[in-house]
Amino acid sequence: MAICEGKTLKFSNASILTFASVVGKTEGDGPHGDEFDEVIEDNKGDSDTWEQAEAMLQKKALTHAMDKAGLFPADMDLIFAGDLLNQCTGSSYGLKDFYIPFLGIYGACSTFAEGLLLSAAMVNAGYVDNATAVTSSHFSSAERQYRFPLNYGGVRPPTAQWTATAAGAAIVTSAQKPPYIRAATAGKIQDMGIKDQNNMGAAMAGAAYDTITRHFKHMGTHPETYDAVITGDLGQVGSDMLYELMLRDGIGLKRYHKDCGLMIYDRENQDVHAGGSGCGCSASMMCAHFLKKVQSGEMKRILYVATGALMSPTMVQQGGSIPGIAHAVEICNS
Amino acid sequence: MNISNQEYSELAKRISPPSAMYKTIPMAFVIGGGICVIGEALMNLYQYMGVGIDQAGMWTSMTLIFLSALLTGLKLYDRIAQHAGAGTLVPITGFANSVVSPALDFKSEGFVLGLGAKMFVIAGPVIVYGISASIIYGIIYYISTLF
Repeated sequence: MAICEGKTLKFSNASILTFASVVGKTEGDGPHGDEFDEVIEDNKGDSDTWEQAEAMLQKKALTHAMDKAGLFPADMDLIFAGDLLNQCTGSSYGLKDFYIPFLGIYGACSTFAEGLLLSAAMVNAGYVDNATAVTSSHFSSAERQYRFPLNYGGVRPPTAQWTATAAGAAIVTSAQKPPYIRAATAGKIQDMGIKDQNNMGAAMAGAAYDTITRHFKHMGTHPETYDAVITGDLGQVGSDMLYELMLRDGIGLKRYHKDCGLMIYDRENQDVHAGGSGCGCSASMMCAHFLKKVQSGEMKRILYVATGALMSPTMVQQGGSIPGIAHAVEICNS
Repeated sequence: MNISNQEYSELAKRISPPSAMYKTIPMAFVIGGGICVIGEALMNLYQYMGVGIDQAGMWTSMTLIFLSALLTGLKLYDRIAQHAGAGTLVPITGFANSVVSPALDFKSEGFVLGLGAKMFVIAGPVIVYGISASIIYGIIYYISTLF
């Protein structure tokens, strides 16, 4: 049976008008701390609970992005938003007061790329004038839902990743100015049989490999074509696995590769083990760092591949494995 | 994918770094041992104050549980635990931490469905199987005395 190749979507008329990021204290103390639009010093702001705090992150990220564009909620046509919490709590509660048409999406930590892909497709097709991708994650709300209580003295293994307290928002409009979204490849669910929920990098690396390989093939590109191939949050373990998988095909990716999970924290001095993760991790790093570089022309062409571990704690407890997914979005200066 | 799941899991195993046991085991020994030394000191102190040995043991446990609960509330216990590992997990202080931390965390969902329901989410299994094991042990012990 032939293996499904999927399609790479090509866009001629989609660009990112404005983008913004909001992060928590640990991320603000990280190496890119001064690039974010806002740092919430106590990770909670005025919120009473962590879930409310995550909703606030999305609200703030979208507000910053709209302010930069001089747009008001009434000008917004469509939002694609998602997060890690059950029922996409951060998105629905964070964005409810804007009264903007809302489509909730879930792709674990790959959600921001999924949002960009859908936004670009909607705008390019001419259905809407603008579409916005917003995602968030919060360390404390994610810990509560997926792992242990915050003050429980459990020890994380070296392969575990740290959920970033962060949110990013990007408003996509018809092509006006860089950064332009030129192409995107939707990921396939890849279940590599990894069962260790403390090793998400390993669960996602296979999906990243598959999507990157298909995108290169469809576009006729190589790692050298890009200023950077940016994965979402593979962390140290997932990144090393991705290099090995690419090397089996004779492709050296390491020189051109960046991983938002490895960049957002100072892994020497911040106790984050294999790196950052979460829907907000790559969203905030893209909005704070990479999109600015493409906008200014410092980077001409990047491939953003957000990776997600589609983990269900219930399925893992039942002995199931953790499927991974990765979506690629190609962003250019011209 | 041009790689089988078995090959993939071998690759994952090869690349994933193991715990730095040369560091974690001595740290667990030192900090866990330190907690036990504090326990012994308390035991001696209570006996010195004229408390009988059985009572002193109980008072010692109570003091350690109180200190652990206090440190958990002050958000210090989990920080120590990051370095101590099993050193803070195994003693009675770890048990106290496992009850207090969800109680604090799930307070936001209310006193009944939050705090009350979730308090034993970690300690519950320990209690269930601890009591079950002691009952089985008791039955075996009882049968052994019949002969």
